[in-house]
Amino acid sequence: MPAFIWLTVMTALRILGRNRLRAGLTMLGIVIGVGAVIAMVSIGEGAKRAVQKQIATMGTNVIIVWPGATTVSGVRGQQGGAVTLTVSDALDLKKKIPLLSDTGWAKRDVMQIVNGNHNWNGTINGVSPSYLTIRDWSFSSGGPFTQADLDSAARVALIGQTVAENLFEPGEEPVGAVIRIKNVPFRVIGVLSPKGQSAQGSDQDDVIFIPFTTAERKVFGTPFLGSVGAVFASTDRADDLPEAVEEIREVVRARHRLQSEQPDDFTIRTQVDIGKVQEGTSHTLTMMLFAIASVSLLVGGIGIMNILLVSVTERTREIGVRMAVGAKRRHILMQFLIEAMTLSLFGGALGIVMGVAGAKLTTIIAGWPTIISSDVIVIAFLFSLVVGLFFGLYPANKAARLNPIDALRYE
Amino acid sequence: MSSLIVCEDIWKIYRIGDVEVQALRGLSLTIEQGEFVAIMGSSGSGKSTLMNILGCLDQPTRGRYHLNGIEVGDLRPDRLAEIRNQQIGFVFQSFNLIPRTSALENAQLPLFYRGLSLKEQRAQAAAAIQRVGLSGREHHYPTQLSGGQQQRVAIARALVTSPSLLLADEPTGNLDTTSSQEIMGILQGLNREGITVILVTHEADLAAYASREVVIKDGRVLSDRPTKSRSQTVGV
Repeated sequence: MPAFIWLTVMTALRILGRNRLRAGLTMLGIVIGVGAVIAMVSIGEGAKRAVQKQIATMGTNVIIVWPGATTVSGVRGQQGGAVTLTVSDALDLKKKIPLLSDTGWAKRDVMQIVNGNHNWNGTINGVSPSYLTIRDWSFSSGGPFTQADLDSAARVALIGQTVAENLFEPGEEPVGAVIRIKNVPFRVIGVLSPKGQSAQGSDQDDVIFIPFTTAERKVFGTPFLGSVGAVFASTDRADDLPEAVEEIREVVRARHRLQSEQPDDFTIRTQVDIGKVQEGTSHTLTMMLFAIASVSLLVGGIGIMNILLVSVTERTREIGVRMAVGAKRRHILMQFLIEAMTLSLFGGALGIVMGVAGAKLTTIIAGWPTIISSDVIVIAFLFSLVVGLFFGLYPANKAARLNPIDALRYE
Repeated sequence: MSSLIVCEDIWKIYRIGDVEVQALRGLSLTIEQGEFVAIMGSSGSGKSTLMNILGCLDQPTRGRYHLNGIEVGDLRPDRLAEIRNQQIGFVFQSFNLIPRTSALENAQLPLFYRGLSLKEQRAQAAAAIQRVGLSGREHHYPTQLSGGQQQRVAIARALVTSPSLLLADEPTGNLDTTSSQEIMGILQGLNREGITVILVTHEADLAAYASREVVIKDGRVLSDRPTKSRSQTVGV
């Protein structure tokens, strides 16, 4: 039997080799299908990985609580526009919920920053020291401010990479320099390591951190002392996030004296939620492209079936002769199945080459990240094998069921 | 059972729509090992049907057919294929070589289905090609060979399995006189080496190569007699 299969494969190759154009056109559907699947999945995986990387820059197991949007005569304000969330909410959360490893708070505004004759419009964040650890900020030079700086409302600032580049000459050391924010002098005590783009596409390095107390008393001019833009919390384990979210909801509702029928006056999101939205988008896209590619494979399979049916008709006499000299039904069945699978496997292999090339080209030309996983290649190859087997079965069976007498007499 | 072929009261009935066609009507025939039998008859006499049954391509509706002691009548298609492969060699009027496939590979074909190694297949096929006098043309395609040469390749294909029965259905029908004589000479030579040959023809002078002449008419044996000894004098 192995000798038979080997020889049948050789025969199939020779038969296909005789009709190269026909074989090539027949394979085209499979080539495009497999190529498209591999290219699409590679691009999808690349996008997913990029999003995951961005999500990771938020910190580890982060929960964010925003004040609920204010409603003025039915007109919804900006999210975080309300002043219902306070520093004492954040402190109380940490005290009451042991699951939380830390809580921090922040408030932001866009303001002009001046250093000598350079100026820059950047986002000023008044934050607690704990915020910096929750969000995993590290330093390329200098270091963070401390609880003492917060307590004394010290005029110290940490600046992001983008801000540093715009306020200082290349090679100039920002740490120790004095910059002015809304005419208030601040000493730069740290430059943050770059984080790059956020999942939403904004520049995370265009940022300045100053102690929260300094921000609300000396820079922002807050009407309600202690109101924050957002509360941040983190847990040690990712699995604890859902439970922590529920506990936070309960504590904040109790603190805000909300009746059970009243809706939350705040919004809670976890890093996982934000990741899901992003991944959901790319997942939908991947599935759609996958569907298109599958249709192409289906069409390719039908093409193979069509050409094999033609081949069975053309070679009816040959089938008759083979049967007369002793070919059993399964021999004929195998012969045509092997031809179908040879076509689809060649198409699959060519498709893999095209798909990988397509993915690489996408990275080179469009600059999109792509990840070619060996899983996809194996699956695509197996899939093309299955397509060949499935669509070869009908013509092969038709050939195997021929009556040798009729087949021999066929003109 | 010493006879190679024993047909007893064979009927073959086709049904085409509402019409019943009785191709064979109680035909009986016995052929011994080593005979050279010509089967003659006009078209529609049932000789093609008989040929198909003798070649195990078809099975009788009624009656019994023993080939080498095996009752063929109710075997399954795969078993029939095995019997064709092991016991029977076919030579057709239209050669029926596989196109764009070399002479050697055409001759190899029956061995292919025996599951022999490629090396053995080649060696045996080359020997068969030599036997029909086509050495040196093993790698020619059918289109590069004359009609007579093509038929010789077909005979090599029939021979390669060392069958006990060679069935030649109008083997010279598509050939000129010279080629016909060559082919008949080869068949005669093979018969002398001990292979039973059954030749289906409607030409009386070809039947003369055989040692026995069976005439079929209306699905029965009309006459069954030895031919004159012309076969001893004509040939290659």
